[in-house]
Amino acid sequence: MKGLDAILEEHPFFAGFAPPHMQLIAGCARNRRFDEGEYLFHEGDPADEFFLIRHGRVALDITPPGRDPIVFETLGPGEIVGASWLVPPYRWMFDARALEVVRAIGIDAACLRGKCDADHDLGYQMMMRFLPILVKRLHATRLQILDVYGRH
Amino acid sequence: MAATDPAVAADPFLPALYRVARTRRELADTVTLELLPLEGVRPDFAPGQFNMLYAFGVGEAAISISGDAAEGAAFVHTVRNVGAVSGALARMRPGATLGLRGPFGTGWPVAAAEGADVVIVAGGLGLAPLRPAIRHILNHRRRYGRVVLLFGSRNPGEMLFRRELERWRQRLDVEIGVTVDHADPSWRGNVGVVPSLIRHASFDPHEAVAFVCGPEVMMRFTATALLAAGMGGERIWLSMERNMKCAIGLCGHCQFGPTFICKDGPVMRHDVIGGLLSVREI
Repeated sequence: MKGLDAILEEHPFFAGFAPPHMQLIAGCARNRRFDEGEYLFHEGDPADEFFLIRHGRVALDITPPGRDPIVFETLGPGEIVGASWLVPPYRWMFDARALEVVRAIGIDAACLRGKCDADHDLGYQMMMRFLPILVKRLHATRLQILDVYGRH
Repeated sequence: MAATDPAVAADPFLPALYRVARTRRELADTVTLELLPLEGVRPDFAPGQFNMLYAFGVGEAAISISGDAAEGAAFVHTVRNVGAVSGALARMRPGATLGLRGPFGTGWPVAAAEGADVVIVAGGLGLAPLRPAIRHILNHRRRYGRVVLLFGSRNPGEMLFRRELERWRQRLDVEIGVTVDHADPSWRGNVGVVPSLIRHASFDPHEAVAFVCGPEVMMRFTATALLAAGMGGERIWLSMERNMKCAIGLCGHCQFGPTFICKDGPVMRHDVIGGLLSVREI
């Protein structure tokens, strides 16, 4: 059975990560499993753990008052669920629901923030990996907001 | 097939008369029309070309051909009701007559793409102009490498050619990726913009050819994602849309930098026009 270190190394997010940093991350990580329909987290919950998907797909949704939830993104293997753990007030801004059985690595956010504070090289490496993801999602959100398939 | 009427070939401004043979409602505002010539047979066309359809007393609009070039005697057009002319066309019933000029413009390079992987990226109604190319490629499947079709729409209820997509998905020799911009929780497919599907698709970016059609903003984002995947601009083809009037490069309504969309397009290479896509004044 593979250890967490080996599983983390195989995840695309950590490609090229230095072994000492990988060990620091592994100290904050644990294996997680979610059944179909189970929530990884709910809007408003403390963002105390984020997830690296290994298998399965996750739907991100927001529920407007008095309406059904709206799914605005789905994520799959190799992708990251959640960035709200990076910035105060460390609260989730949406729900995350398993569309099928999901196997993921959960990273304890407070643990990782503490290690990034103590080791700025680690913090820089984490930011270098998170920032492109955030920028891509920002671009995608802009495209969704434009509603390009609507009647114009 | 031969041209309908020598006079039509001689005078590109003279519409030929066509009859609506059949209609099929695709979406609440979108209809597919099958058009048969009142005289002769319909001209040949290349996948990606368009016709000028003339609703008498209302006006003329450029509409891409959405049917299979090798199948049937009709021109097939899928029309979305977004204005006076398209609305009049979308309301036509079987038996109605209309004027038709065409076919015009450049087509998808389906012959040049033989031997290569083909990545087809469609957004919304953009699947219609790609449908003849998809049909052609699937009818000659052995001539191509891997075939990937990525399709994005607004939501699951506004997905064009849904049954046909499901049929294509059942084939084992085509990779199909479908996504919607947003959905209710009953939707079990992908949610997100169509360019986000590109990084998960299986193709060799150095050997593949991409056909892209959809709203221009979607095509810009898609081209950026294809370039980021390693594909050269000379292998990316976009179907452009502008206000076409004469359809033969005379009036200038569809001028796009040094080119005319009606004559030099609508299917154009990204390395030729990519630099113009972000120029607001064009």
